[in-house]
Amino acid sequence: MATEATTDVQKAETANVATAPEQTRTGPVYSPAVDIFENDNTITLLADMPGVKASDLEIDLRENVLTLTGRVTPAGTAKEWNVLREYRPGTFFRQFTLSEAVDQPKIDAQLTDGVLRLELPKVEKARPRQITVRSS
Amino acid sequence: MLVRRVWPSRPTFDGSFHDFDQIRREMLRLLDAAGDGAPDQGAGVFPPMNITQDDDNFYLRAEIPGINPAELSISALRNRVSISGKREIPREHERVSYHRKERPEGAFNRAVTLPTEVDAERVDARYADGILTLKLPKAEQAKPRQISVKT
Repeated sequence: MATEATTDVQKAETANVATAPEQTRTGPVYSPAVDIFENDNTITLLADMPGVKASDLEIDLRENVLTLTGRVTPAGTAKEWNVLREYRPGTFFRQFTLSEAVDQPKIDAQLTDGVLRLELPKVEKARPRQITVRSS
Repeated sequence: MLVRRVWPSRPTFDGSFHDFDQIRREMLRLLDAAGDGAPDQGAGVFPPMNITQDDDNFYLRAEIPGINPAELSISALRNRVSISGKREIPREHERVSYHRKERPEGAFNRAVTLPTEVDAERVDARYADGILTLKLPKAEQAKPRQISVKT
């Protein structure tokens, strides 16, 4: 089996994570790669979860801890045997602690082509307010 | 991989060095069978690919989340398949401050040599949930044949 690759993009080592409470399912657990950015109104999180269907993705937010769990159903049939294996289907799992209050009912999640886009709107009072100083 | 599948039942006819090799291979095979401890090949290469086969087809699956499938270029010739494309992460227009930026982006190009030739005309490519799946039918002359024993 010979493979060649000329790439400027590299797959980051998918870290095997030890989750604090042990999982009931066997199989590897991966930490998905994420981008997180915010503006004045919203915190946006993008996560790479290839192979996860919307129905197999759980997003949980309680007590400021955001938990993402995505399960991948292995593709293929029992009749197939391996020729080359570079990745192993498993579970994507990652937790974040949110430092700011989030407007929970307005959270928007979208899963497109294996990428999760999660928009967490900040609650009004957490937004910075422009304070104008009046001169008397 | 293939070597490890057939090895344990293969007799050796020559010298003792081969025996050492056989023991080493056998141990590797056992480690592999033990499962999760064995490292996967090709860590750090994008996109990671899995290739499987059944009697009629090869199946190539690659984890390429969040790309436009129209921008992928896939070609197959004899027993060689190549996939190239570019993963671009769109810029956020608004003024934003990044806390984490881990998702990889850039151009990639991978080529694989399969054990046998494939019928390039009938290759089927699908992209769903961030996984590219290629179904590569084996060429007629490369398919295994049932041989009946005459009595």
